[in-house]
Amino acid sequence: MATVQANRAEANGEQGPGTFLSFLRQMSKNRLGVLGALLVVLVFASAIFAPLIITHDPIRIMVGPRLAAPSLDFLLGTDQLGRDTFSRIIMGGRIPLLVAFASLGISLALGLVLGLVAGFGPRWLDNVLLLIFDTIRSFPSIIFALAVIGLLGPSVTSIIFVIATTSIPIYARVARTQTEALRNSEYIAAEQSMGAGTTRILAVHVLPNVIGPLIILVSMDVPAVIAVQAGLSFLGLGVRPPTPDWGAVLNDGYNYIKNTPWLAIAGGIPIILATLGFTFLGEALRDIFDPKLGKDL
Amino acid sequence: MWLYLLKRVVLGVAVIAIAEAFLLLMIHAVPGDPAVALLGPQATPEFRAQLHQQMGLDKPLVVQIVTFFGGLLRGNLGFDVFSQRPVADVVFEQLPYTIELILVSILWAVAVAVPLGCYSAMRRNSMIDQAVGIVAVATIAIPSFVMAVSALLIFAVMLGWLPAIGAGTGFADRVIHLILPAFAMGIGWVGYISRLVRASMLEILGENHIRMARSFGLSEWRIVTGYALPLAILPTVTIIGVGIAWLLSSAVFIEVVFARPGIGALIVNAVRARNYPVVMGGALVTTFLIVTATTMSDLINAALDPRAREEL
Amino acid sequence: MRRDGTAPQMSSLSLLEVRGLDLYFGTPSGGVHALRNVSLEVPAAQIVGIVGESGSGKSTLAYTVMGLLPENAEVTAGAIFFEGRNLFNMPSSARRGIRGDRLSMIFQDPMTSLNPVRSIESQMIDIQHHDRLRSRREKRARAIAMLQRVGIPDPDSRIGDYPHQFSGGMRQRICIAMALLVEPALLIADEPTTALDATLEVQIIRLLKDLQEEIGCAVLFVSHHLGAVAELCDRVAVMYAGEVVEQGTVRDIFHNPAHPYTRALLECDPGRIRKRTRTLPTIPGDVPSLLGVDGGCIFRQRCPSAFDRCRQEKPVEYRIGPEHSARCHLLSEEQKVSA
Repeated sequence: MATVQANRAEANGEQGPGTFLSFLRQMSKNRLGVLGALLVVLVFASAIFAPLIITHDPIRIMVGPRLAAPSLDFLLGTDQLGRDTFSRIIMGGRIPLLVAFASLGISLALGLVLGLVAGFGPRWLDNVLLLIFDTIRSFPSIIFALAVIGLLGPSVTSIIFVIATTSIPIYARVARTQTEALRNSEYIAAEQSMGAGTTRILAVHVLPNVIGPLIILVSMDVPAVIAVQAGLSFLGLGVRPPTPDWGAVLNDGYNYIKNTPWLAIAGGIPIILATLGFTFLGEALRDIFDPKLGKDL
Repeated sequence: MWLYLLKRVVLGVAVIAIAEAFLLLMIHAVPGDPAVALLGPQATPEFRAQLHQQMGLDKPLVVQIVTFFGGLLRGNLGFDVFSQRPVADVVFEQLPYTIELILVSILWAVAVAVPLGCYSAMRRNSMIDQAVGIVAVATIAIPSFVMAVSALLIFAVMLGWLPAIGAGTGFADRVIHLILPAFAMGIGWVGYISRLVRASMLEILGENHIRMARSFGLSEWRIVTGYALPLAILPTVTIIGVGIAWLLSSAVFIEVVFARPGIGALIVNAVRARNYPVVMGGALVTTFLIVTATTMSDLINAALDPRAREEL
Repeated sequence: MRRDGTAPQMSSLSLLEVRGLDLYFGTPSGGVHALRNVSLEVPAAQIVGIVGESGSGKSTLAYTVMGLLPENAEVTAGAIFFEGRNLFNMPSSARRGIRGDRLSMIFQDPMTSLNPVRSIESQMIDIQHHDRLRSRREKRARAIAMLQRVGIPDPDSRIGDYPHQFSGGMRQRICIAMALLVEPALLIADEPTTALDATLEVQIIRLLKDLQEEIGCAVLFVSHHLGAVAELCDRVAVMYAGEVVEQGTVRDIFHNPAHPYTRALLECDPGRIRKRTRTLPTIPGDVPSLLGVDGGCIFRQRCPSAFDRCRQEKPVEYRIGPEHSARCHLLSEEQKVSA
């Protein structure tokens, strides 16, 4: 009937992943998504080309007077050690991006493997893994992060370790649910009856179906990871001084907020732009590729 | 019901036990001597040994774990390295401030977000709905500590309307001191809950029983408040229960930014000072809070939804 | 009783009169013409059945009368007179005032028709909101009496229960109790037995018939089950692809079907098959797309006796008997009733 045809036409339109062009067309209709993409490009570009953009050495102290107001020489003023805030902000985007992509990459890989194992392996293993996932999930992750970083000392590695540990169970659980649904599907049973090995089934049939939703989930978690990294830096538990970093600049600004509000503003704006950009982009990607995903979580 | 509570208690104990054991393991595994880190390299060996003994670090890991859980059963969480006071006392002194902050934040967020979500659902795709949608996504995305610093900068430093730091003394003063922190902490939740209520409201309004209620000529207001909202609110109750962990996370930052007392600030300071017994105690209490909150939200859900009552 | 502006031409007016109704659903691929020039009468205290395949527009007609159409539906022509008033000329508050007072409805799926978080008691008291004279206690007593009447055992204690504590059949009985509790002039029943199994279906049909006689209301009974319609109804309208192709008394339709579609429908009814057979008869082809405009007879692609005229010209309504009419060119020899 007519409605069926209409639905089919829509479904064909939604096969966006098939062609890159139709993806671009859908993306261009989503104004927030375009804004998000532009912000993300801006953040990436400034981080990659940072050495070309900066006007002063971001680490050298007393390149100018202390806590100077913004001027032509110091676009965003200077901090309490006379370092150029603009250069620190531009350089400071590198660590959040590095942390986000390293930790989420590790979590995605390990979460996927554990999820496949739980979903396709023996029942007892599934139960054990589920208990571990649920235990980690119900533990206050920021307290855990504080405690671990307090012990290991503030460093990029500690942050990546903490974020990976707390995100793996989330992705593993999603991967497990999807795997289990597939495992019980008839076409996997047909494959098995034709003598296909477990590794082959996992690699050829399960993995491609499980990885899509996971990548969308991961892309939506990027802003959260940037927030956690910036937050830990803000608490002085992110990077070791004098490494330039957004959270650290915001903390400097916070300490001198009464006298030099521009330092706090300069530290806050990039965090806001980056989290907003990745959020809008992630939501747009989800709406295009998997509109139902948001509901399952 | 009792079986459910028993399961919850078992899960809670398991979570706490695994978490604390993990922390002890970490303390043990970390290269370097926490006592050295704490006292500095100049400290005398006797002093260092005394501190080791205080923190129980002179014993093997298994003994430490057993001692810790043994103490836990007797209500003894160890002693603050600096003040020598029982950790339990230190933690419970700070706890009310954090609970007060969390409760006020979530209450105002729910009070604003639920009507906003209902309105958005009823005027779907209107200008206001779309604007609320964009602002909601933005407030969810922006980290709470950035919100806190911004609020502090605008309302306390630039406008001078509200006090910047501390928790205040006396009821009125405490309320005034709560406004900015609760605003910064709750604003993201307003966005989140309003979207959640909108989504579930839209789903519920399309269900058959709503059409049935309409077929009896009940007013739209009555249908939304009496027939749809009691169902549309259920996911929110669940999310708040689960979200207590996020709230505790933001409390850490909010308390630091506004220099408020509280469990978050306590843990941050303990971490910075390597005051491990306090870190352990704080982690224990926050885990307990999270498990309790999840259980509470399940129970509230059961009270609101007769179908869920039977699953407990 | 009614103002002249809305007065129809006829001298004696039925309880419900649908006249020349056209309705479109807006979809991304264009307007779906879901109801086409539909005219129908429901006299007071009579039971009128609407039969047809899924997608024939019979439920849409029921929802149009109730005023419960989805947002993308648009009535482009026609009128519905209920108790002499044109429903489309009324403000929405007045239409709401009729619902649950003069008009009520039973829905298809009893499992999802009751609010899951409110007790039967609160829902049954709530729906009597048009009644401002009775106290809450009286309303509760009426609800219990009605539950008793529809066959809910121990209604005194069970009225406090929630929907999920009742079986599907019991829930449909509760829905019937609710719909009749308001003593409507017209009850609309939209496939009330489709979701139930066969033995329950018979019970529910009998219950509806008994209650209709007791209350004296009219019923618009929408169903694809011919047996139920034959047992329950006084009059029948047959719908196909948004059109009423034939209407008449139950006797007319079941013993003297005039439209090829009605005949095909009757041949496909398993309850009426006399010969031994291994295959169930079907009507070849599908219901045509309701998108776009079409000139000829809507049934011609599947009609065994279609001829040239069916492609070029839309058949008008031909009168066969005093209450029997159909839209088919094969009847053109006989007398026309409308053009």
